[in-house]
Amino acid sequence: MLRFLLRRVAMIVPTFVAVTFLSFLLIHLVPGDPIEARSGQRGITPERLAELRHEYGLDRPLWRQFVQYEQQVASGDLGTSLVTHQSVWREFLQLFPATVELSICAILFAVVLGLPLGVIAAVRRGTVFDYGLIGVSVIGASMPIFWWGLMAILIFSVTLGWTPVSGRIGDLYYVEPVTGFMLIDCWYSDDPGACTSAARHLVLPAIVLGTIPLAVVARMTRSAMLEVLNEDYIRTARAKGLSEPRVVIVHALRNALIPVVTVIGLMVGTLLSGAILTETIFAWPGVGHWMVESVLRRDYPSVQGGLLLIAAFVMLVNLGVDLTYSFLNPRLRH
Amino acid sequence: MSQATTTVTRPESQFWRSFAANRGAVLGLAIMLVLVALAVFASVVAPHAPTEQFRTNFLTPPAWESGGTVRFLLGTDDVGRDILSRLIYGARLSLLIGAAVVGISLGIGTVLGLTAAFAGGLVDVAIVRLMDVVLVFPSLLLAIVIVAILGPGLFNAMLAVAVVMLPSFTRLTRASAMSELARDYVTATRAAGASTLHLMFDTVLPNCLAPLIVQATLGFASAILDAAALGFLGLGAQPPTPEWGTMLAGAMQFYQRAWWVLTFPGLAILVTVLAFNLFGDGLRDALDPKLRR
Repeated sequence: MLRFLLRRVAMIVPTFVAVTFLSFLLIHLVPGDPIEARSGQRGITPERLAELRHEYGLDRPLWRQFVQYEQQVASGDLGTSLVTHQSVWREFLQLFPATVELSICAILFAVVLGLPLGVIAAVRRGTVFDYGLIGVSVIGASMPIFWWGLMAILIFSVTLGWTPVSGRIGDLYYVEPVTGFMLIDCWYSDDPGACTSAARHLVLPAIVLGTIPLAVVARMTRSAMLEVLNEDYIRTARAKGLSEPRVVIVHALRNALIPVVTVIGLMVGTLLSGAILTETIFAWPGVGHWMVESVLRRDYPSVQGGLLLIAAFVMLVNLGVDLTYSFLNPRLRH
Repeated sequence: MSQATTTVTRPESQFWRSFAANRGAVLGLAIMLVLVALAVFASVVAPHAPTEQFRTNFLTPPAWESGGTVRFLLGTDDVGRDILSRLIYGARLSLLIGAAVVGISLGIGTVLGLTAAFAGGLVDVAIVRLMDVVLVFPSLLLAIVIVAILGPGLFNAMLAVAVVMLPSFTRLTRASAMSELARDYVTATRAAGASTLHLMFDTVLPNCLAPLIVQATLGFASAILDAAALGFLGLGAQPPTPEWGTMLAGAMQFYQRAWWVLTFPGLAILVTVLAFNLFGDGLRDALDPKLRR
């Protein structure tokens, strides 16, 4: 197990270096000079430009610049935003909890609804419910979620007035950011009004972001359950006279869960792609919204740093999924 | 296996029978054919030109709503353009986007995959690793960043989506080519003195096509979806191009009082993506002998 773990962790290093190389290239593929971009509309004299280029090491050969960039990244320096003049690291860390909170709630929504729906469809295979679920999940998986989000706002916020249109919490409330997770911070602030407001702001974006995962989880649970329900040990369990709910939930679902959990773990990339759109629609102050803003403002250090940090996060989650999976299923270690 | 008596079931008819049994797939195919017809005959079918502005009809509701008119069946947008006409021309654009993106991605992915499978060794490792790196980035994020480098626009957006989709085609081609390479007919052709290029494209590739066709169909759906998302973020097709995602971006300011500017372009995206997904799923089931009953 230890050897497998070390090998798997060691494999991540070259991938990460390649990722940093890609994000390094990014800045150099952008038309124009970063110094010129930074000097803005007023322009800059050629002498000053040369001076600054030398100061930032932009006149050195590309490979040396890359080595320098690697050293910077290794020491945790991801540069400064051109717009806010804040460290990219700090900006990212301030916004990241909002994205994580939204994503976790979206996944919870997908699992809490998707698992029982998938199980019921598998148990009642071939019924109207089963076909209905297959149909709805195909539609869900094809959903343009930027449109779905706007429709949800139109229906639930504008027409029915159930939820707020945008943001993380009402303007009336101020909650000291301790963890960055609004729900937890509200809980500790002992202000029930703030809690309700935060929860009401979270519901709609979480449902919108959770729609595609819901479709995937429901479909995956259904097919995994169908496979498991045909196994011999299920027949044995039934023959022993166990009640049907016990057979389905304890014996079948437990084994059907393994592929479902893997699919959920590997959905982190899809989820972050969805978060970009969901956060933009709901003005949710997370990293997805921030990345789009940074791209539109041509804030290249932020784009570069954000890209790197998000990729690193995805790699870590994938590593976690791999390790958990191999822990559950020892055959995969070789 | 079915008994071959006087009539031999040809693979095509067997394929069609198992495809036609899947009602969703047939529905998907039907919608696709309608879309293609609309796209081809857009200038005949559409009541108006896609960018023609009717200055007396800003935000006219659909015909069945009070205040609507039959002249503009699905209503007009904020500058008085007919939404139905824009959607019909948008179908042309979306199908072109899908075809171009899948074409680029499939073409390059096939060559890369075959090269990796045939060359092996360092080349193989390099290609596989490169694709792994691309896969680390969330697809839409990578597409956004590529557009940020190239500059916003429909063509650059298509290139970005093509790059994002490259790993799936490359991996698929590599995997199927590797399993074909181990077979006797490849060894026999090689022994007969066929060149590597001939082996790659004439011998091995045709036998890898089934999964690639399925992936291309499903890729068509995600290409349309991703290009629309980029358009929606203001990074894809630029106004006044009647691209569905770009239309939604333009609707952002008005949708709270004019639901039709939001509803119809989104429905168009959903129905199109759904059609390709249904068709792709049906193809996969019909082409996969393991699932065939």
